[in-house]
Amino acid sequence: MREFVFVFAPQYFPYLLKGAVVTIELTIISMACALVLGLLVALGRLSRIQPLDWALRAYVEVWRDVPLIVQLLVIYFTLPQIGIRLPAFMAGVVGLSLNLGAYLSEVFRAAILSIDVGQRDAGISIGMSRPTVYRRIILPQALLIAVPTLGGYFISLLKDCALVSFIAVNELLRHGTIIISSTFRSMEIYMMVAIIYFVMSFLASRVVWWVEWQLTPAYMAAQR
Amino acid sequence: MKASSGEVEARPILRVQGLRKSFGRLGVLKGVDLTVRPGEVAFVIGPSGGGKTTLLRCINFLETPNAGSIEFEGKRLCQGDEQSFRRCPEREIRQARTQMPMVFQHFNLLQHRTVLENVIEGPTVVLKRPRHEAIREAGEILARVGLTDKLGAYPAQLSGGQKQRVGIARALAMRPKLILFDEPTSSLDPELVAGVLDTIRRLAEDGMTMVIVSHEMGFARRLADQVYFMADGLVIEAGSPKSIFEEPESERVRAFIRSILHSRD
Repeated sequence: MREFVFVFAPQYFPYLLKGAVVTIELTIISMACALVLGLLVALGRLSRIQPLDWALRAYVEVWRDVPLIVQLLVIYFTLPQIGIRLPAFMAGVVGLSLNLGAYLSEVFRAAILSIDVGQRDAGISIGMSRPTVYRRIILPQALLIAVPTLGGYFISLLKDCALVSFIAVNELLRHGTIIISSTFRSMEIYMMVAIIYFVMSFLASRVVWWVEWQLTPAYMAAQR
Repeated sequence: MKASSGEVEARPILRVQGLRKSFGRLGVLKGVDLTVRPGEVAFVIGPSGGGKTTLLRCINFLETPNAGSIEFEGKRLCQGDEQSFRRCPEREIRQARTQMPMVFQHFNLLQHRTVLENVIEGPTVVLKRPRHEAIREAGEILARVGLTDKLGAYPAQLSGGQKQRVGIARALAMRPKLILFDEPTSSLDPELVAGVLDTIRRLAEDGMTMVIVSHEMGFARRLADQVYFMADGLVIEAGSPKSIFEEPESERVRAFIRSILHSRD
């Protein structure tokens, strides 16, 4: 125990933290991309352009029905065979974003559909165009409804990032595995990895909670 | 009050002819005619499910009719039968909507905006008027409907009657040529109805042109210039309030009026 606390942990902890930083970068970049992608897909599906709706539906279906790890392996190992070669980190971002985007599009779509149709009528009846109705009336209300669910996906994304260790992205879990392969001390390392994940997720959930609280608008508070 | 009676031949501001609308195989409007002249108050009455609300929604193009013509201020917004039906480009429809806004049964106030923001939304966003000017005018309008102390309140904090008066203020802020009312008092508690009816009555006195779908028979009788009785997607009878309420020609109208009067006892 003494040896672990004073020698082993101090020796490898910085290396694990370096991996954790990559995990955080990966999470934030992928989340941002997935949010944009998810919203665009949701709007596309609600656009009433049939072929577009079908194509996007197929995307959502396929990406939700194939395991994330398989998607990552295909992007990193199979795409190079048809000439698309992505660096590991990029492949990770692309894989995570495309996967999460499919899920988030359904979150956005549900939130948009939950807005009472009377709100749309109100805008249309005074001569607003459809894009203006979305921009001024529907999206401001729908996005706030989506926030808690998006927060949940954000926290699970942080942990899903562990999967990209399989495609050689130097994030937290992979750094742990590398240490184990030279020290053979898997118990200690996995414990440290688990604790770092826990602390990151815990902090992330506090951040989500804070954002939610900040964004609760006066009109929602008035309804409670 | 009857601003139009001196100039009977004034050009109609709104003329609906042979309007048809069906949802799937369910025919809701089966050829409706309606003519409104400037300054007139037209009431549309009749049993539930007769197509009254759909008629208003078609006039505002919240629903697209399947056939017939709608003329607003001398401009055809749509025309033709089922095969050749054509409506104006979206831009022109939107232009017309700005001049004939609608007041809804369920208010449809923007939940995420205050009373003042609800009222200036149309003038600033759609009509592109300067914000300070819109705010000043909204203040005047809200004073007219008795809501001066609620400018910063959200819809969720208002009573039904107050919500509906905001709905009316929102329509007035467009400086409309005509206002469409879809059962403006039907979802209000009885004690709140009077305030909203009073607001509408004062608009009539100021010469506002209105088409009102309503179940308030006493109100229709006092205020209307024209009454349309609708049932099963058709105008069964149209005329002055006196002719509809006192000497209706159709048995259908007579039965309806009788049932309404009895239910009041």
